[in-house]
Amino acid sequence: MCSVCGCGTATIETTRKAGTPDHSHHHGHGHDHTHDHDHDDDHAHSHDHDHVHTPHGALDYGAGAAGAHAPGLTQERMVSIERDILSKNDEYARENRARLADQHVLALNFVSSPGSGKTTLLVRAIEDLKDKFDIAVIEGDQQTSNDAARIRATGAPAIQINTGKGCHLDAHMVGHALDDLPRQDGGLLFIENVGNLVCPAAFDLGEAHKIVVLSVTEGEDKPAKYPDMFAAADLMLLNKSDLLPHLDFDVGACLAAALRVNPRLQTLVVSARSGEGLAAFYAWIEARASGAKAP
Amino acid sequence: MHEMALTESIVDILQEEARRRAFSRVTLVRLEIGALGHVDPRALAFCFDAVSRGTIADGAALDIVSVPGQGWCFDCEKATPLEERFGACAHCGGRRVQMTGGDEMRVKEMEVE
Repeated sequence: MCSVCGCGTATIETTRKAGTPDHSHHHGHGHDHTHDHDHDDDHAHSHDHDHVHTPHGALDYGAGAAGAHAPGLTQERMVSIERDILSKNDEYARENRARLADQHVLALNFVSSPGSGKTTLLVRAIEDLKDKFDIAVIEGDQQTSNDAARIRATGAPAIQINTGKGCHLDAHMVGHALDDLPRQDGGLLFIENVGNLVCPAAFDLGEAHKIVVLSVTEGEDKPAKYPDMFAAADLMLLNKSDLLPHLDFDVGACLAAALRVNPRLQTLVVSARSGEGLAAFYAWIEARASGAKAP
Repeated sequence: MHEMALTESIVDILQEEARRRAFSRVTLVRLEIGALGHVDPRALAFCFDAVSRGTIADGAALDIVSVPGQGWCFDCEKATPLEERFGACAHCGGRRVQMTGGDEMRVKEMEVE
């Protein structure tokens, strides 16, 4: 343990190369001093610490001498904070959720890899549902407002969010988009996330449900390869079912893989092109929309 | 690379805490990251180095404590370690396992001056 600050009881995570010994570093902090440290294996060595061991065995030479301080001149202390890294996003998400609940809007966050047919599906759903619901759309893409333009062609209001280099929408962006959308009391809000089967899983936007869209051209093991997204979703739409006769896609194996990741996941096989399965999808939405409206 | 966004959140948290608790420099940040979570610790460490530059955490060491996956097996009625989010029970091999730990993403503590 470091005598200056008392730190150093935790093990720093390292990615070890095969053959390198597993040992705990007791010096993961940025000030210079000499000390002994124990290795779990039984070799002894001494070395000067002019660097900081960052996680995974990387060495940071910028954090040693430059970050050094004279003990006694400044007082170091450990501060326990215990805060979730996503707490900021989650605060914004709570605000969005409260605002949507206040307006009895059912918000659905559509997530998928690029090219699964999300926008086509949304355009079709808006056409089919617009007599029953006011529908607004938030479109997330890195670049272009092509998707928002496709949505607006249906008559539904749409806000495009360009994330630039960002790989996902966050709750703060969605809050700003809500500011710019007309109120849709009692209606639906479709959020089309950035096409990315990884990152959007972690970010709560304030939606009622995440809906993961997978298309039959993508391979039935996607849920096993990208489990986080399927674990985070409440409904999976297996899209482009009209193409099944031309493919070797095993629907049963795909659904089984999805259910292994998330036993509570509901699944529907649909085609935005032929309309197959969409009635069931709309029934799913309507059941939840009436829940959002209930006092 | 949502690790970049996560790292920005970490630095935001540090800066907020600095205002609240009146310190001017962070020398070590200790995170708890669940082994079954959404985040790659290597990418996080890489991003932290870039994002913390010029902030109160410039040069701070990052200590990532990996929290192992844990689940509860409904058949054995006891806790089991989990290697993957949808893994089987280590005791009985059954699949009726609910994940109970291993997707944490927290700033646990920090060393400040």
